[in-house]
Amino acid sequence: MDTTGDSQALAEAEQSVTFHLVGDDHGHGTGTPTILGFWIYLMSDALIFAALFATFGVLSTSYAGGPAPRDIFELPLVALNTGILLVSSITYGLAMLAMERGALRKTQLWLAITAVLGASFVAVEVYEFANLIAEGATPQRSGFLSSFFTLVATHGLHVTLGIIWILVMLVQLSQRGLIVENRRRLLCLSMFWHFLDVIWIGVFSFVYLLGMVR
Amino acid sequence: MSALDHNATQDPELHSHGDTFGHASFKSYAIGFVASVILTAIPFWLVMTGALSPGATALAIIVSAIAQIVVHTICFLHVNTQAEGGWTLIAFVFTAVLLLILIVGSLWIMYHLNANMMPGAMPGEMSDTP
Repeated sequence: MDTTGDSQALAEAEQSVTFHLVGDDHGHGTGTPTILGFWIYLMSDALIFAALFATFGVLSTSYAGGPAPRDIFELPLVALNTGILLVSSITYGLAMLAMERGALRKTQLWLAITAVLGASFVAVEVYEFANLIAEGATPQRSGFLSSFFTLVATHGLHVTLGIIWILVMLVQLSQRGLIVENRRRLLCLSMFWHFLDVIWIGVFSFVYLLGMVR
Repeated sequence: MSALDHNATQDPELHSHGDTFGHASFKSYAIGFVASVILTAIPFWLVMTGALSPGATALAIIVSAIAQIVVHTICFLHVNTQAEGGWTLIAFVFTAVLLLILIVGSLWIMYHLNANMMPGAMPGEMSDTP
């Protein structure tokens, strides 16, 4: 791919319209296994989170004399992060819509906005963790805090990797445009990004909100 | 565009999907966004104001979360009976069943372990443990 000349790349881009449409139809049948394969990966990732949620559920009242959720959770921060991630899902959706129209600049713009929102999410989470640790609510303090940090940080790590992936795709797009490979990658990334928002629904509902009620 | 015509004549429905790779439309994202905002605002509002009893609030949180997960799966992840010949839906349902068994099963078993096997380790009797 790297040795492809500019003129060849242009020709490829022109051809990609046809390839894209053909590839599309295969994507909905059994021809292209990538999308389904990536979906299976996401489902296995969901099982990792299921194990972490189950661990948290079992340990969620094991305070060991340490702080309880009510003492340490700041709901406004959680609400802010929930909003950021939800809006980033929409901006990614707009990037996908722009991609389908073949609007390269718009796709890049919405992807960049999504990356910025994702980075804000991680920044707020790091700020929250730093506050917790400064208050003495460290992962070593109790079973509740160990499982809390493991679950929420695993999600945060996924978001971080998603941001890196978006940055890689921005480079890919600027070099090769909306070729069929990039469209496929962006579709996989969109599934990854929306999936992380789904996991976050579980986190803010079952960890933060239920923790405050308990 | 001859390739397109070929496919279109083969299966018009396939073609209509082909125009929206990933089945995305602005409408589905807009519906998903509005529904998600509502389903997020309800539990946050209930917890922050304490309008309902803790039990009712917990139930509302769980119901809202499950509803929002379904909304995201349909509107954002575009899982439906047609996508990938229905295999994404089957994989999703299978994973949901595994998830339920794993989480509910763990909570159930560990609750009974706490209740029956180690009475001294019950949260309320922490002080009795040596």
